[in-house]
Amino acid sequence: MALYSEKVMDHFRNPRNVGVIEDANGIGEVGNAKCGDIMKMYLKIEDDIVQDVKFETFGCGSAIASSSMATELIKGQPVSEVKKLTNKAVAEALDGLPDYKMHCSVLAEEAIQSALEDYQKRTGKTI
Amino acid sequence: MIYADNAATTKMSDTAIRTMYSLMNECWGNPSSLYTHGQKAKEILEEAREDIAAVIGANPREIYFTSGGSEADNQAILTAAAIGKKKGKRHIVSSAFEHHAVLHTLEKLKKEDFEITLVDVHENGLIRPEEVEAAIREDTCLVTIMYANNEIGTIQPIPEIGAVCRKKNVLFHVDAVQAVGHIPVHVNLDCIDLLSASGHKFHGPKGVGFLYARKGIPLTNLIEGGAQERGKRAGTENVPGIAAMAAALKEANRSMSEDAARQTRMRDMLIEGLSQIPHSALNGDVKHRLPGNVSFCFEGIEGESLLLLLDDKGICASSGSACTSGSLDPSHVLLAIGRVHDVAHGSLRLSIGADITEEEVCYIIRSVKEVVAYLRGFSPIWRDLMSGKKEFIL
Repeated sequence: MALYSEKVMDHFRNPRNVGVIEDANGIGEVGNAKCGDIMKMYLKIEDDIVQDVKFETFGCGSAIASSSMATELIKGQPVSEVKKLTNKAVAEALDGLPDYKMHCSVLAEEAIQSALEDYQKRTGKTI
Repeated sequence: MIYADNAATTKMSDTAIRTMYSLMNECWGNPSSLYTHGQKAKEILEEAREDIAAVIGANPREIYFTSGGSEADNQAILTAAAIGKKKGKRHIVSSAFEHHAVLHTLEKLKKEDFEITLVDVHENGLIRPEEVEAAIREDTCLVTIMYANNEIGTIQPIPEIGAVCRKKNVLFHVDAVQAVGHIPVHVNLDCIDLLSASGHKFHGPKGVGFLYARKGIPLTNLIEGGAQERGKRAGTENVPGIAAMAAALKEANRSMSEDAARQTRMRDMLIEGLSQIPHSALNGDVKHRLPGNVSFCFEGIEGESLLLLLDDKGICASSGSACTSGSLDPSHVLLAIGRVHDVAHGSLRLSIGADITEEEVCYIIRSVKEVVAYLRGFSPIWRDLMSGKKEFIL
């Protein structure tokens, strides 16, 4: 059996929504270089909808795939829904991750939640 | 496919495969049996012992066949510890970048009240004999140092360390798994008392290796049972595997200088090419290194992603990143030579064989350059480095 599912490899090889949003109104960065994973999420929220999302990731294959999948899951979604995103949903959407790689999906969840908090701080809105 | 992971394992040579196949077919008797069919297998076994002994300058009676390098490392260290314990000597000198077969055995001994001193491996990945000498105490029962490091390929000053051990009358074990069959190893010239080697690192089969133990050293058994290997390692001998290992070693030894010269040329091309990548660094001394080893760190990227994308390009390599080890810590070897975590995660090891071509080397250089640039393109660390928010380490 291969290390990763086809879906993980697809998102790793062709990551969706890679890059930076210059006028993002919610930015979250989690992880640290010491552990080998850093994820940065950029959100552009308008009318309580995630209009655009982009990410940058330093990390292994599953970290890149988890970031990519997470952006797909939240793009176009209302913030109230995005707030409910869990790492489990990210991992499931990728057809699973090896046990010792589950922390990559946790990072994806945390990066998005951190970006939402930043959005709340900037706008004073509560979600 | 371009195979550049020979430090992990090597392809069996045609000679080794032929030897193994013909013995499995025709000489499958038990060497402990009395009848001719068994005794024929015994002859093959002893011939293999002689051939291997000749390559490393040992006496055939000093060679014990094992399941591989790890078993040999375990047996050598536990033997020296048992001898030491009887004399009330419970101190061992080693280094922080030994193979886990050595380090984990030492950890086990720590729980039995042994004291371990790890000498510095320095930034260039080279141990200094005078520091080994300074670390040896009255109660030191063993010095165990690897011949060449498996990740960064640095070749240790083994003859000099051996001389120190001789002078101090301390047993000297050498994990020579990466060296045997690749660079000259001679147990007498190098003053080695115990040495471990593994067949599959020099184009022999997996699951077979050997321990050299200087005459007069009473080995501690790891496996009890029959009287095989002069009563020191029970279990019916893997005759086809052992004979194939001997054939592979003889062959590797014959073409050693020619192979090494070619590999060194290709290795240096790779080092030169990869050095052009900005904010990268070669790991380990450039001169005292295995002819086939290239080890680099690239700032701003993570090793596993690099390996997966190289795999997509048909290149087999390895990395000391945390994600390839299944833990959160990157390679203990890279940390031991002072690479900080951030940088150690972005490591790449290419261990080339003698058959690599110049075109393949160029292709590897081109591919690594491409993949590193691509991954840096969406690395938040790289962005911080480029914008001056963080300072470059390399």
